[in-house]
Amino acid sequence: MCDQCGCATTPDTVHVHDHAGVVTTRSVDAQSVEILTGLLHENDHVAAHNREHLDRHGILAVNLMSSPGSGKTSLLEATIDALGDRHRIAVIEGDLETENDARRIREKGVPAVQITTGQTCHLDAHMVHDALHALDLGAIDILFIENVGNLVCPASFDLGQHANVTLLAVTEGDDKPAKYPVMFRGSDLVLLAKADLLDVLDDFSPQKAVGHVRDLANPADVFTVSARRADTLVPWIAWLEDRLAACRGGMAPRPRSHPASRHSHHHPHHAGAAE
Amino acid sequence: MHELAICQSLLREVQRVAARNDASEVVRIGVVVGPLSGVEAPLLERAFTLARCGTIAANATLEIEEAPLTVWCESCGVESQVAMNALLCGRCGTWKVDLRSGNELLLKQVELSRDETAGATG
Ligand SMILES: Nc1nc2c(ncn2[C@@H]2O[C@H](COP(=O)(O)OP(=O)(O)OP(=O)(O)O)[C@@H](O)[C@H]2O)c(=O)[nH]1
Ligand SMILES: [Zn+2]
Ligand SMILES: [Zn+2]
Ligand SMILES: [Zn+2]
Ligand SMILES: [Zn+2]
Repeated sequence: MCDQCGCATTPDTVHVHDHAGVVTTRSVDAQSVEILTGLLHENDHVAAHNREHLDRHGILAVNLMSSPGSGKTSLLEATIDALGDRHRIAVIEGDLETENDARRIREKGVPAVQITTGQTCHLDAHMVHDALHALDLGAIDILFIENVGNLVCPASFDLGQHANVTLLAVTEGDDKPAKYPVMFRGSDLVLLAKADLLDVLDDFSPQKAVGHVRDLANPADVFTVSARRADTLVPWIAWLEDRLAACRGGMAPRPRSHPASRHSHHHPHHAGAAE
Repeated sequence: MHELAICQSLLREVQRVAARNDASEVVRIGVVVGPLSGVEAPLLERAFTLARCGTIAANATLEIEEAPLTVWCESCGVESQVAMNALLCGRCGTWKVDLRSGNELLLKQVELSRDETAGATG
């Protein structure tokens, strides 16, 4: 179907609309090229490049995702306090607008690069690449990338991180993983955040939240944390330090499968025309 | 909505394929989209009609093939068709399964034309 005039085109003709609105039908020597490349091929290339940068410096890079306001920046502030001066931290902040989050991090004495995405509801690998070049990678142990508050789009864009950490605030309902399966299926760790509020919320069941994560065939750990209570951060800090040790030992983890970078398993005829 | 960003990426890839094959025009683009890809087929289609303007694919049609959602259970040795938020073995109900299909986001086929014949006006 030709969208503009609504006519059907036979396989060997094509209607061409020029600027004056004249429709030309010409017969074409059509050639079909079979390829199987990810739609986000370009992004994935840059993400792989970012990962090389990070791996070369033995940096652990964590992509923090959640709905808007689930407590990502607060968790980062508390994490910076909890890690003390044991590790050198840097943060890349993604927000639609404002430098507020980066300012909050800098107040902790930690370098932060703010990416304002404007209309774009997610970070992509190109944006993170530019931010990486604005940081001194030789002076970083753990890099946190706070993605734009959004449970949909960030799941599709590999940034070059080693792990995806998704926050689910206990104020949001324990069935969020069932509603946003792409995001929660791709999470290497789920943090049930704002856990200090569990006492006053009788309808959030951490066990049910875990069940919904398992229903996505995801074995990821699920920890309960509160940015207001340092003692709740112990498992999270240990989780980070385990992975940091792996990065330093040249065994950097890879994030759970990124849907967009999928190479098909069920199309055996991989006529890879693209490089 | 990130379907527009994905379309732009798709079109850049298509443009590369067209250039490699000395094509003058892209006639048809075939993609495979799984339910767990994070992309909605109708939104992708709508974004495509905007994103293709002014590109070599300005007149191209986009054909979206929706991949099935299937998981493989190692202990049962069976493959099951499942729902997006219940990736469980259809036989034993375990979540310890491998996703076999359903998260694809692939450019599968591009139909190109070379401008060799200038034909009649319609
Ligand atoms: N009670 C409680 N409130 C919290 C906790 N963490 C964050 N908050 C509050 O939740 C609100 C949002 O927190 P932020 O840390 O800015 O959330 P965010 O995810 O970074 O937000 P965006 O970047 O805008 O998506 C603030 O009012 C915080 O004080 C927590 O552990 N307990
Ligand atoms: Zn924030
Ligand atoms: Zn670089
Ligand atoms: Zn988006
Ligand atoms: Zn089974």
